Amino acid sequence: MSALLSVQGLSVSFTTYGRTAEVLKGVSLEVPQGAQVALVGESGSGKSVTMKAIMGLLQQPPARIHGGKIMFDGRDLLTLPERERVALRGTAMSMVFQDPMSSLNPVWTIEDQLTTILKYADRRLGRDRDRRGRRARVIEVLAQVRMRDPERVAGSYPIMLSGGMRQRVLIAMALLSEPRLLIADEPGTALDVTTQAQILKLLRDLVEAQGLALLMITHNLGVVRETSNYVYVMNKGEIVEEGPTAGLFEAPRQQYTRDLIAAVPRLTGRVAP
Amino acid sequence: MSDLAALSNSFQNWYRFSRNPTAVIGLLIVVVAILAALLAPHITPYPDHVGAIVDFRNRHQPPSAAHWFGTDNVGRDILTRVIFGLRVSLMLAFVVLIIAVPFGTVMGLLAGYFGGWTEIVIMRLTDIALALPPLIMALAVAAVLEPSLMNAMLAIASLWWTWHTRLVYSMVRQIRALEYVEAAETLGASKVHILFREILPNCISAIAVKTSLDAGFVILIGASLSFLGLGIQPPTPDLGTMVSDGASFLPDYWWESLLPGSAILFVALGFNLLGDGLRDLFDVEDVR
Repeated sequence: MSALLSVQGLSVSFTTYGRTAEVLKGVSLEVPQGAQVALVGESGSGKSVTMKAIMGLLQQPPARIHGGKIMFDGRDLLTLPERERVALRGTAMSMVFQDPMSSLNPVWTIEDQLTTILKYADRRLGRDRDRRGRRARVIEVLAQVRMRDPERVAGSYPIMLSGGMRQRVLIAMALLSEPRLLIADEPGTALDVTTQAQILKLLRDLVEAQGLALLMITHNLGVVRETSNYVYVMNKGEIVEEGPTAGLFEAPRQQYTRDLIAAVPRLTGRVAP
Repeated sequence: MSDLAALSNSFQNWYRFSRNPTAVIGLLIVVVAILAALLAPHITPYPDHVGAIVDFRNRHQPPSAAHWFGTDNVGRDILTRVIFGLRVSLMLAFVVLIIAVPFGTVMGLLAGYFGGWTEIVIMRLTDIALALPPLIMALAVAAVLEPSLMNAMLAIASLWWTWHTRLVYSMVRQIRALEYVEAAETLGASKVHILFREILPNCISAIAVKTSLDAGFVILIGASLSFLGLGIQPPTPDLGTMVSDGASFLPDYWWESLLPGSAILFVALGFNLLGDGLRDLFDVEDVR
């Protein structure tokens, strides 16, 4: 199985005020076509930096990538010219944003925002789609994320939607231009647990139905179990353990993974008096 | 459909606005002042008193049915001249703001978004400009060039944009860190798109409030300038000039300076009330 995304020995350091910190020390991971992969780790373990490096969003400086490759669809993203890099973003690979409150511009309707994104994506792909075509596509993806009344949602301003609906709009946004890889950065962390569970279920169903590859970035092992079939555990800038999700939960090999699993709160035992 | 939402939205906004009595009074004053200024030749009792007319038999007449605001030291109807004077005041505010607001807004957008040297240069310029009182600047310009309405407007506008720059700058600093701006950057949106479609619309309400409050201040400064004889030159009627001319006949012929003065107060107050009402409506906190 050839991997759609393959990160090989990625090393990144940050230099601020004359001091250099090694943030990623030779990270390698693979996301095969149509697979659901999770990257889990505590805050500061380097998972967001990994994601930003893949998306090409690291600010350089202060960041510096000094080793490794990021192969996407047979091309090394790190040596790709900036123009082609930008062309991939939001088209072949897109991102589900984390915070449903600040990821939508309050002054434009959902339709305004989604059609604008689609227009940009189309332009970069050299695709031609008229206004009606764009609107139809927007309504279509809104229906895909199970909006009961996509027409009404399209005409709404973000403030008129609930947190869960906004998060679904963000997923719709990522799906707009038929990506092959979806990178999700802890979607729904800002929502309550039941809504988050629905969002994750929706995401997983969509990914399976459309045969997309999913890279889920999270600190939450519950999310890992819910959405992935392969896991990479990250700690202090290194991948410390990897394996199929079910196996990893049953028989963690590393002490760090065991600690992570032990740290998941459980609803067992007696309630304190 | 979104038009419908926007329409019902504007009804709601109007309802909320109309619940605010001071705001409605402010709007009313502003509308009346603008209409009066526009229709001045048609609604004033003695339109020809605008020019250099002298009618010594009727000089220093107190307010009466024939002359509601009385007459001045050469017998011209003060009400007529006040209404025409509004034209000059409103024109001054309009021209100053139409130069200063867009320019200041763009400068604020650039400084806030790009940071670095752009920010340093623009923001230090605003510091310099804010250290100079606009009245003093206008005095200096009038002294170097010649006292005229155009020079006064340019002098005020050349300093006034900095207020808007500072306002927009502080808002852009907050907005640019939000994820929707980051998302637009990620997707390769142009800078123009990010500045004018993503960020600027979020600043519009604050700019509107500030502009409305500013109109009152600019009118006051304009009146101060012409009081000092540095604004528009006679015989064109101007409220500040009338206050100053009438001042030499105080207190006997009080109407000659007090009533034009009240007109200045009235219009400036109207703009301020309107601005306050808009601020409550938009719930903007950053604007003074």
